[in-house]
Amino acid sequence: MSDINHGRRQFLAQGSALAAGIAIAPGMLLFDFAHARPAGVPASSAVRWGMLIDTTQCESGCDACVTACRKENGWPEPKTAQDVQWIRKVEIKQISTGKQINLPMMCQHCAEPPCVDVCPTAASFKRADGIVLVDKHRCIGCRYCMMACPYQARSFVHEPVVDHSSEMPRGQGTVESCTLCVDRVDRGEQPACVESCAKEGHKALVFGDLNNPNSEISQRIRSVASIKLREDLGLDTAFSFVGL
Amino acid sequence: MNVLRSLYASSRARIAALFAVLLLAMTPAWGDSLLPKLDIGKGGHCVRDPKFMRANHMYLILHQRDLVVRQGIRGSKYELTNCVDCHASKVNNSVLGTNQNFCQGCHVYAAVKIDCFECHSSKPQHFPAVADNAAIDPTAPIAPKEKQ
Repeated sequence: MSDINHGRRQFLAQGSALAAGIAIAPGMLLFDFAHARPAGVPASSAVRWGMLIDTTQCESGCDACVTACRKENGWPEPKTAQDVQWIRKVEIKQISTGKQINLPMMCQHCAEPPCVDVCPTAASFKRADGIVLVDKHRCIGCRYCMMACPYQARSFVHEPVVDHSSEMPRGQGTVESCTLCVDRVDRGEQPACVESCAKEGHKALVFGDLNNPNSEISQRIRSVASIKLREDLGLDTAFSFVGL
Repeated sequence: MNVLRSLYASSRARIAALFAVLLLAMTPAWGDSLLPKLDIGKGGHCVRDPKFMRANHMYLILHQRDLVVRQGIRGSKYELTNCVDCHASKVNNSVLGTNQNFCQGCHVYAAVKIDCFECHSSKPQHFPAVADNAAIDPTAPIAPKEKQ
C-alpha cells in the first residue's frame, strides 16, 4: 500500500468521525444552533418544539407579544368575543394575597391534542415536530376543535379576509390558532412573540427544542420549577409556566 | 318562371358568397377580441413550458400543498407564492383585480372559480423564496407527465 493511499484512509476516517460527532441522528445535531431545515426535508419527530413562559418576567400592561403576532400573521385587533385571537394577555389576581400574575395564553401544542381527536376531516393535526396546526385545505369550519380545546386557544374566521399575509394564509370559514410561527421556525427563526418579548427586554418567553437536553429551554425546565396548565387532563402540553 | 327561379338561385349564391367573405374577414378579429389579454407581470422562464402550464398548473401544487402543510416539506420548485411573485401585475401588484391580471383574466375567460386567493395572498411575498428550490420534485408521483 502506498503512502498516499494510507493518508487518504486516515483522512476519511477522521472525516467520518467528525461527521458522526456532530450529527447524533438524522435531523438532530449535537450543538443547538438556529438553522433552517433544508429544502425537501420534512419536519422530524427528533425535535419537539416547546415554550417556557416565565410569568415573573411578564410585565403588566405589555402586549408586545400580541401585537407582534397580529403583525406577523395578519389577524385584526379583536373587538368582540367572536373575533379571531391567536394569543391574548391574561391577568390573574389572587384575592387573598393580592398577588398579580401576567401571562400570554395561546395554543399549548399538546402531545395528545383533543382538537385533533375530534376533527371529523383530519384538518386538525399534529406535525412530526409537535406543532399542532389546522390544514385549512381540509377544514370545513365545524368548530368541534374549538369546543374540545380546554385552553380556548382556537378562533373561527367569521369575516372575509382582505389583506392576506404571504407567509400565513388565512380564510373565512376556517378555524385557526397559534402555529408557533411554523414558517419562521422552519426558516430557523424564533416565533414572533418570543422575538418581540426579548426586544422589549422582558425575556418572559423561551422557545426551543424540548427533546434536546442541551437547549436553553430544556436547561431552564430542569433548573427552575415550572408547571403545565391543566396537567390533570394528561395532554402533555409543550408549554410550561414558571411562577404560577 | 324559369327566369325567376334562376334569379332566385343566383341571389342565394351571392348572399352565401357574401356571408363567406364576411366570415373570413371577421374570424381573425374574433380571435383577437375573445382571447384574454394577460398582463404576465415580471414573467420570464416558467418552471415548465407555457403550454404545459396552461393545462396542468393546478396539479403541480395540489399534492405539494399537503406536503408543505402536513409534513413541513418546503422549498419545492412548484409553489403558489412563486407563481404570484413572477406573475403579479406591475400596475396593481397583484394577480387579481382586473380581467387583464394573470390569474383572474384567464379564469374569467375559462369560467373557472379560483379558490386559492380566498386564503392566500395575491401579492408578491416580502422576502425571497428558499434559494435552492430545485432539490425535490414532490409532485412527481401525481402530476401528469409532460408528453415527450
